[in-house]
Amino acid sequence: MWVLDKLQAIGKSSLGIFERFGRATIFLFHVLSGIGSLITRPQLLVCQLFFVGVLSLLIILISGLFVGMVLALQGYYILSHFGAEQTLGVMVAASLVRELGPVVSALLFSGRAGSALTAEIGLMRATEQLSGIEMMAVNPIHRIIAPRFWAGVISMPLLASLFSSLGVLGGYFVGVLLLGVDDGAFWSQMQSKLDFYDDVLNGVIKSIIFGFAVTWIAIFEGYDAIPTSEGVSRATTRTVVYSAFAILGLDFVLTALMFGN
Amino acid sequence: MMNSRIIEIVVGMFVAIGLGAFFFLAMYVSSSSAGSSSGYTVSARFENIGSLKTRSPVTMSGVLVGRVDTVSYDMERYEAVVTMTIQEDFNAIPTDTTASVYTAGLLGEQYVALEPGGEEEYLKEGDEISLTQSALVLEKVIGQVLFSKAEEGAEDNTDADEGF
Repeated sequence: MWVLDKLQAIGKSSLGIFERFGRATIFLFHVLSGIGSLITRPQLLVCQLFFVGVLSLLIILISGLFVGMVLALQGYYILSHFGAEQTLGVMVAASLVRELGPVVSALLFSGRAGSALTAEIGLMRATEQLSGIEMMAVNPIHRIIAPRFWAGVISMPLLASLFSSLGVLGGYFVGVLLLGVDDGAFWSQMQSKLDFYDDVLNGVIKSIIFGFAVTWIAIFEGYDAIPTSEGVSRATTRTVVYSAFAILGLDFVLTALMFGN
Repeated sequence: MMNSRIIEIVVGMFVAIGLGAFFFLAMYVSSSSAGSSSGYTVSARFENIGSLKTRSPVTMSGVLVGRVDTVSYDMERYEAVVTMTIQEDFNAIPTDTTASVYTAGLLGEQYVALEPGGEEEYLKEGDEISLTQSALVLEKVIGQVLFSKAEEGAEDNTDADEGF
């Protein structure tokens, strides 16, 4: 009997996970079908781009700069053992453009913008604002959720590109100006070893997929939150945790697909 | 009204610098391989290509003229077959050109170096370079050096023996 009880508990919780995932997918289709209202009212999207993208700029730019500087310091330490300081630029740029740019900026984005989206939508639900909008015959998913979703998907590649660029400049600052790596070798080696399609474009595709995943999780957790203070706080926590899982898991799969051979 | 104008301006700036960062990555941090698609392909057979791979550079006098397309193995002649795309601009390479596999630096990547010959006819699409020189395998070279050193040492010993 004890075994049956345990089995029932496992079955119940896995059915719950599947049911939640199913609801999230149906919700995503509703959000995607709301793209028409954005074309007629682009003002909504611009406003959300400000809250989701522009307000995340500062943390992304500063983190990118420091990540690039640390990479250059650590890379120089290792590479100087082999007399290969000239390849410092390649190391910094490749690791930023391929991995750290998309992944770290997506993690920061989920902490900065994803949690805010969840809390905002969750509180709208808790205070029945979404129902109020529906009472006025306005679809809340089209009016409230869809602009936030697309703002996240559009902001993410832009933020990741900025993160990588600032990181390369930070690496240049530490490597060339402080540690004395040759200026020309830094840029020319970087340029010849990194490919636009293989490295830069794949990094941007990664960040678009991360932006999609993070924003989807954030808006669904907010929409699906239990409409109490505690429910909203739990949903916000879940957003950050699930986003981190999704980003790192997807990153492994995407890296294996893109750079596997 | 003023407020929404400021938001629009800031969002416009955000999108502009984001795209600017992308172009910075595209133009200054990486180089495009788009140019390699237009050109003509030639092939060459090597006994040993070392660690030559797809997209390895093909150079003449150190200048990049193309990229390696495919590396395959011919089971009948027991040779490696390398096909490479040469950019259109370099369309006057003589048919008796020598292709060699060299290494950039001591531990660097391997590349194909073309040394032009004196023929009047030029390589065309689908031609094969018949004069080739294989990659040097470091272990083989070291082995030969050690072997010849050991031989010298043995000769010295026999000389010393005869001296007694």
